[in-house]
Amino acid sequence: MGEPLPVPDPAAEEILVVEGLHTFIRSEGGIVRAVDDVSFTLRRGEILGLVGESGSGKSVTCRTLMGLMPSPPAWSIGDVRYAERPGRNLLTVGGAEMQRLRGAHLSMIFQDPMSALNPVMRVGDQIEEAVAAHARLGPRERRRHALQLLDRVGIPAASRRMRGYPHEFSGGMRQRVLIAAAIASNPKVLFADEPTTALDVIIQDQILSLLLELQRDFGMSMVLVSHDLGVIAEMCDRIAVMYAGQIVELADAVTLLTAPRHPYTISLLRSLPDTEHRSRYLPSIVGAPPQLIDIAPGCRFAPRCALAMPECQTWETELIPVAEDHLVRCWRHDDARRPTAWPDQSFA
Amino acid sequence: MNPGALLLEHFETRARRRHGRVRRHATLIVGCSVLGLVIVACVAAPLLTAYNPETLDPLRPLAPPFSPGHILGTDQFGRDIWSRILYGGRIDLLIAFGATGVTLVAGTAIGLFSGYVGGWIDSVIMRVVDLFFAFPFFVLVIAIVAMLGPSIFNMFVAIWLTSWISYARITRGHAVVTKNREYVLAAKALGYRHSRVMLRHVLPNVVSFVLIFAMVDAVGNVLLGAALGFLGLGAKPPSPEWGAMISDGQAYILSAWWLSTLPGIAIVIVGVGFSLIGDGLADVLRADG
Repeated sequence: MGEPLPVPDPAAEEILVVEGLHTFIRSEGGIVRAVDDVSFTLRRGEILGLVGESGSGKSVTCRTLMGLMPSPPAWSIGDVRYAERPGRNLLTVGGAEMQRLRGAHLSMIFQDPMSALNPVMRVGDQIEEAVAAHARLGPRERRRHALQLLDRVGIPAASRRMRGYPHEFSGGMRQRVLIAAAIASNPKVLFADEPTTALDVIIQDQILSLLLELQRDFGMSMVLVSHDLGVIAEMCDRIAVMYAGQIVELADAVTLLTAPRHPYTISLLRSLPDTEHRSRYLPSIVGAPPQLIDIAPGCRFAPRCALAMPECQTWETELIPVAEDHLVRCWRHDDARRPTAWPDQSFA
Repeated sequence: MNPGALLLEHFETRARRRHGRVRRHATLIVGCSVLGLVIVACVAAPLLTAYNPETLDPLRPLAPPFSPGHILGTDQFGRDIWSRILYGGRIDLLIAFGATGVTLVAGTAIGLFSGYVGGWIDSVIMRVVDLFFAFPFFVLVIAIVAMLGPSIFNMFVAIWLTSWISYARITRGHAVVTKNREYVLAAKALGYRHSRVMLRHVLPNVVSFVLIFAMVDAVGNVLLGAALGFLGLGAKPPSPEWGAMISDGQAYILSAWWLSTLPGIAIVIVGVGFSLIGDGLADVLRADG
């Protein structure tokens, strides 16, 4: 904790700044704190990975930033600043302004390509609709642009496939169509919410390469959500690890993967299957993430943490800067990196 | 499954394989043909019969079907039944399309808006719907017609006022489900306006359910029209209307069965036509969706 505050790199411009984002969802059992004090910055042209277990708040974070959480039952507080709308908080700009921003500035790809295309509309019409959403174009222009897009995302025989319906497309092809629709209006920020989870590994690899290519060509910034550390490691410049609605560690990809400081990140990385040193036992993190209703005080991870101290049960810390561009939400971030600090059974 | 059904299924699959589209649309085609024929016959009534439906012929009352000059016989006043069925069909089809069409459009629009917008607006609209549902439908229609005075137009008004609730409720239910579908979320994520999301992405995915219901409802409205005619609240005599014809003929049901039976068969034919269209639409829309 003695280190000086990290100095932001002036060369890397920040396109999206999220500060103290909370999203609450009213449910029958009580109020769910789905996103709890999430802060991060997205820089121009970078890929930020959001990784975490199911229910850790990754998708809700993205949907909140897109203004897509239904209200009621969900509501959000916090500060979301977008570089192209200086001085305004995206959470309070209102529905009409968000609608203009969506697609043209902020866009999103969804997890399940099987259900994210309208089943009763021709694929070509859906792309043309996306093309025309934020621009005044004649029908020929639209069609030309749509064809170009489908071509660009690697749909073979695009002009013929445009007449088809979504059910005639394979999962990978549908995801390509969705990507084409998402980038149709040249968005500056693309949220990819588990874009490859529903696809098999080969297709997954193709889609990720395509995303990487498009992100570079279009100069987009991207928030990539995944529960797959492999995907995140492969794609991202920086990584934020989420647990129970909070970011617990945020660092550049290399640091986070090689020198993690949060016990959760460390445990997560340790529980990856290792094909080189194959052992019969695959370590896992004992227990389950907490319910996000009536959260107990203290660190969310404490009940499952091998390094938890009595204080951890009562006192929660904020994100602590431990090095330049490296934030950890843990009192014991210093001890966590020393294997000797860990109890023996956690290395089984 | 009995052997007959198995055999039928076997033939159906074989036929589908051979010419899938025609087979899949068969029900729809048959339904449209039946209804189309009825419509053409009613519209072209003057070409198909030489008799005026309201002209009395005191010399030939209660002529049985296939009498010379009167293919379906005559009623107690000597009026030609074939001609009365044809002209009466105009009124009954008008009820089927006019009453159903208006309530279909209005009810669907209200339900779509209510379900899509949600929140307190939805609650208010749905409470109004509940209020209407609380009354027995038929009694409500009769009360309104009786209040406004018996006439075809007032019957329409009564149906318009009461029937939209079914459409609103069906559409609203499906709209609530559909608006949370990922493709609707994806459409919003692309920055489409609410009107566009509602009309292009939610409506086409719920309209099939309402359309199918509308076909059933159209049959129901024909029967309702007939029933109101039967009660003397619909078309006024002597204008021919199928329900009124059935009602008028009931006194003679033992001696002259055709007076009530033939208009009844006409209602059945129209009903079957609408039902087949409903089933056919369900098949086709389900297969596409």
